[in-house]
Amino acid sequence: MTEIVTSQTPPILHGPSEKEKKYDRQLRLWAASGQAALESANILLVNSGAGTVGVETLKNLVLPGIGKFTIVDDAIVSETDLGVNFFLDESCLGKLRSQCCAELLQELNPDAQGDWYPKEKASVNLGQILDSMPMYTLIMYTLPIRPEDLAAIKTYGRKHQTPLISIHSAGFYSYFQINLPGAFPIVDTHPEVEKTVDLRLLHPWPELVKFSQEMTKDIDSASDHDHGHLPYVVILLHYLEKWKEGNGGEYPTEYKAKMAFRKMVSEMARTNNPEGGEENFQEAVSAVNRNVKKPQLEQSLEEVFDHKLSNEVEMSSSFWMIARAMKKFYQKNGCLPLPGGLPDMKAQSSVYVKLQSIYKAKARKDALEVLETVRSSPGGKDVDPAEVDMFCKNASFVKLVNATAEGRDFKQILQQEKQNDELAEAIGTPLSLLPIYLALSATSHKPLASADEIKADIVGIWPDVADDMRVMQSSEEVARAGGGELHNISALTGGMVAQEAIKIITKQYIPIDNTCIFDGISSRCQVLRL
Amino acid sequence: MTVNEKSNSTARWQYLDRIRKTKGPFNDDDYDTSEEVLSMHGTQKILVIGAGGLGCEILKDLAMSGFRDIHVIDMDTIDVSNLNRQFLFRKADVGKYKAEVAAKFVERRVKGVQITAHNCKIQDFEEDFYMQFQFVICGLDSIEARRWINATLVNMVDDENPDSLKPLIDGGTEGFKGQTRVIFPTITPCIECQLDLYAPRAAVPLCTLATIPRQPEHCIEWAHIMAWEQEKPFPTLDKDDPEHISWLYKKALARAEEFKIPGVTYALTQGVVKNIIPAIASTNAIIAASCCNEALKIATSAAPYMGMNETYMQYQGDESIYTNTFKYAKKEDCAVCGNLPKPLQVDPKWTLQELLDSFATNASAQLKKPSIRTEDKTLYMQFPPALEEQTRPNLEKKLKEDLGLEEKQEIAVTDPAFPALSFRFFLKFS
Ligand SMILES: [Zn+2]
Repeated sequence: MTEIVTSQTPPILHGPSEKEKKYDRQLRLWAASGQAALESANILLVNSGAGTVGVETLKNLVLPGIGKFTIVDDAIVSETDLGVNFFLDESCLGKLRSQCCAELLQELNPDAQGDWYPKEKASVNLGQILDSMPMYTLIMYTLPIRPEDLAAIKTYGRKHQTPLISIHSAGFYSYFQINLPGAFPIVDTHPEVEKTVDLRLLHPWPELVKFSQEMTKDIDSASDHDHGHLPYVVILLHYLEKWKEGNGGEYPTEYKAKMAFRKMVSEMARTNNPEGGEENFQEAVSAVNRNVKKPQLEQSLEEVFDHKLSNEVEMSSSFWMIARAMKKFYQKNGCLPLPGGLPDMKAQSSVYVKLQSIYKAKARKDALEVLETVRSSPGGKDVDPAEVDMFCKNASFVKLVNATAEGRDFKQILQQEKQNDELAEAIGTPLSLLPIYLALSATSHKPLASADEIKADIVGIWPDVADDMRVMQSSEEVARAGGGELHNISALTGGMVAQEAIKIITKQYIPIDNTCIFDGISSRCQVLRL
Repeated sequence: MTVNEKSNSTARWQYLDRIRKTKGPFNDDDYDTSEEVLSMHGTQKILVIGAGGLGCEILKDLAMSGFRDIHVIDMDTIDVSNLNRQFLFRKADVGKYKAEVAAKFVERRVKGVQITAHNCKIQDFEEDFYMQFQFVICGLDSIEARRWINATLVNMVDDENPDSLKPLIDGGTEGFKGQTRVIFPTITPCIECQLDLYAPRAAVPLCTLATIPRQPEHCIEWAHIMAWEQEKPFPTLDKDDPEHISWLYKKALARAEEFKIPGVTYALTQGVVKNIIPAIASTNAIIAASCCNEALKIATSAAPYMGMNETYMQYQGDESIYTNTFKYAKKEDCAVCGNLPKPLQVDPKWTLQELLDSFATNASAQLKKPSIRTEDKTLYMQFPPALEEQTRPNLEKKLKEDLGLEEKQEIAVTDPAFPALSFRFFLKFS
């Protein structure tokens, strides 16, 4: 695997570059590959309304080094802007809000390139501007917005397959919604390290079996030092075989059998030493529950295997070619390619390194098999082996966001949330935040709507909620804001949207699917697929 | 204020004022929207501790929430690795005091706000300094500093004087995750009650480092702990000096090659030695704004705030978005706000030295320089030197056999990091 090849070449003995120093704290999260994706991204913000939440989002993208951003906004800076938007000052009064914000954002980081529209004070024809612009990695727009602008953005998004994020912040409330063009697969999901351990104790391959048998052939007569330094993988493999002999060839996979197996292993530890036990045997015992298991397919990967390719883009994407090859591998071998990692365990250095190399060699072999399948499939010649390696290493954790394009039955969601609330009220857990979304949505084009107008709008579409107390309260609270933003709520929402934008741009970690509602009164959020 | 300035100011704070002048569905019936109450909020004095990733955001958020009298404490100077998130600093500011540069930037940007910078440690101030503020917001990366300010604020509470109760709002982040806590000292659970949330990482056994390294981290720790002590290439290790880190890196790399262990890099060396926690602008924005949202709600009563029912908001952004806002339980055996001793599991065969060492990694103690006594006997004192010398022979004695300590016996531990505190434990033999 490529990773191993590079780690075997001696690293160059110089310190980090200026850029690595500046971005050190984030490179530890998304590495050079994520950083490169950010640096080549081009983001559009269509800003409107009170105008702060989108700018706060951009701040959190400019700082980590987004390549290029553009703000479209035809508002002129007023005194009221200065009370909510930090990227404006006294000298901006009467000037274009787009230009002033772009300049003060640009000043945060010379690596990012800022631009703005319109260039002169004039109202903007968004459809026309969008047609004349380069391709965007991502478009964000803030609500309330003019209906014709919204239509222009949606048309552009559909035409160019651009991810869209709508953002609405008013008073103590906000929500944002991500609209991805089709299924969005992520390989580099960064699962917790503990979850990724895959030792294949019930499916050992010949090299591993041979190594283990050699190490344990004289286990009972081994010196205390050697016995106390057997890696727990070897200990478990050895006693699993013993277990099978006494249990009709069956592995201990059920709970009761596992407990008995744990007891068996722990009794094999030597206790006639000053410590009264052996650390490696303790490690082995505590590894039983998690690691003595049959390989099984994670639901998220099953979704990937079952996914029907729906368009040209998907047909020609390397992700789906590898996914197909992966499925073949799974069908043929009954398990996924080995990820190849080995957790730390008590062992002699040389023994551990040897065991590590056995796992790595097997992982490399499996990845090669997948690569060959990919290469022999139509269009698969140019697929990058590094992409195959990454997929194999992370196969269990590959995630498909926005898996189905099917329309959501909003009425059903509404009923589900109402039902959940009845239960929640009884046991004192948080109530649904969907009413907040409904109330904010009712002001998408009319920020100054009264509580009664908001409620009437909602009930007009969803008569079921006519006497819903939460809908009334949310409508009152949204009306209270009168289309105004509170800086804190917009800063917080801007942070959340920026995190999501980073996940989409870098294709790392797992973005929301697809709406996040924030309640600044109860200080919590809820993610719903709407 | 002239008439013109006043109308400007009215227009400027229009959004905030509208919320404040309109009673919402979640406000109490006696929600006060009078001009008099409205004008009080700007005059409140707020203390911000830390002018780093969270601190920069907090200063901006407070200024944009109409607070006009803010103090900020931070002893640190600006490093180039701060620039990816500490957005009040530029490359030209590297080496200057964070508190000072941050305060000036926000004062310049937001008219009418006054920010007083203190380029020093929080421990440099006495109680009367902290008494002047209405509340305190912490954006710190150090657990020790959090514990210190927490203990100070709890100790300051005087039941006769309601002004002595200073709400403490505390934020923290790591990567895509973070948390906000609101503490009403003595009334709601304090930072010390929640200390076990910050359990220190278990150290790698020294014998692994010395004889059987397996991971790149083992090679780095070996260079850090053993090779450095032995060779002393520079008089003291400065973890911010690239020359020192390079020395450790080369040592670690050579050791890794000897044992054929892959993966030692400069970045990893720096990360392990400095215990670097990944930090990004967006997470800081979320947590700081959450802290300031609670501050605004407490200061204005514009909406119910965290503290009385829920006390803790946990935020996770790495896998979708998840928040958990809940009530943390107050602990009766908290060393700061409780009045019972904590149980302490010990092996009666331990020496006193082993007991002392265990306090550093014990999640509910985390004390690096403990002194220890029983009700009637001093077992070991770190200071003054004469007493240290006198009690030193006890370090090698076994707890039960030599020192006569018994099951359920109470001991008191003190540490110079928390001069006002005495940590009480009762022994449980294993
Ligand atoms: Zn406490």
